[in-house]
Amino acid sequence: MHVPDGFIDVPTSAAFLGVAAVGVGVSLRGARRELDERTAPMAGLVAAFVFAVQMLNFPVAAGTSGHLLGGALAAILVGPYTAVLCVSVVLLVQGIFFADGGLTALGLNITNMALIAVPVAWLTFRLLRRVLPATRFGVLAATAVAAFVSVPASAVGFVVEYAIGGTTQVPLPTVLVAMGGVHLLIGIGEAVITTLTVGAVLAARPDLVYGARDLVPRLELRPAPANG
Amino acid sequence: MSRRALLWTGLAVALLLAGLVSYYASSSPDGLEKVAGDQGFLDSAKDSATAGSPLADYGVAGVEDERASVGLAGVLGVIVTFVVAGGGFVLLARRRTRDG
Repeated sequence: MHVPDGFIDVPTSAAFLGVAAVGVGVSLRGARRELDERTAPMAGLVAAFVFAVQMLNFPVAAGTSGHLLGGALAAILVGPYTAVLCVSVVLLVQGIFFADGGLTALGLNITNMALIAVPVAWLTFRLLRRVLPATRFGVLAATAVAAFVSVPASAVGFVVEYAIGGTTQVPLPTVLVAMGGVHLLIGIGEAVITTLTVGAVLAARPDLVYGARDLVPRLELRPAPANG
Repeated sequence: MSRRALLWTGLAVALLLAGLVSYYASSSPDGLEKVAGDQGFLDSAKDSATAGSPLADYGVAGVEDERASVGLAGVLGVIVTFVVAGGGFVLLARRRTRDG
């Protein structure tokens, strides 16, 4: 899913660098409400985990692979604004040190994998949590669907960028069908990995799953018994 | 499980995945690469400005053994990502606390 330099022309890539900068700026403000000094290292772990799992390409069809995007995972574990920052740091590290995803294409990649995948996943998750029972099962079902839809949504982001500034002339419906089709399959992998990971954290420390904090019973305040 | 234990367990899992499991990852082109190849626009890709990085394409320059090369690159990537993101988030959280 990492767009290399050259697929999209320079003016469009530059414009999306601007889009990414605004998105990251907004997320820096939003993340301050999601983070405290105890959860901040956890959010760093989520970014490191997304980096690791993005290395694990899984086969999806003949001669094609896919890997986790991680936007849904990060949003459900640490909150949507922090998630945008997690994925953006991963993309920055990959672009600078690993030559994965072009540098001029960084704005395109942040737009697709952070600014599109995260809100799509988060809104889907919130919507489903409203209709599903407030149980672990409800959280995991919402997680699976949210992770699944985030991948084709991200792929559509690329198609839009290609429509605006593609350097080649492949008909858009062809690109849309091809990108959508393969990323529906990759979305299944995204759903499996995300659900397993959220399930594991939910089993260990449900209070640390941002999207499931309501499942943890709040501490009740009761008057202290007289004479203690 | 304490918060600290969860943090170390998670880091250990990430290091294992990037350091050992990554060698077994599929080397087939990913979705976008495959589509670009099928539709004939893969050649429009240009080398990244960082293509000469010692860690380019998830290998450590000069390490011959492929398993060691990808594993070491993965471990370094996990550490760098954790330090940059974790450090940034701690600073962000502190600023919030100070601003009240």
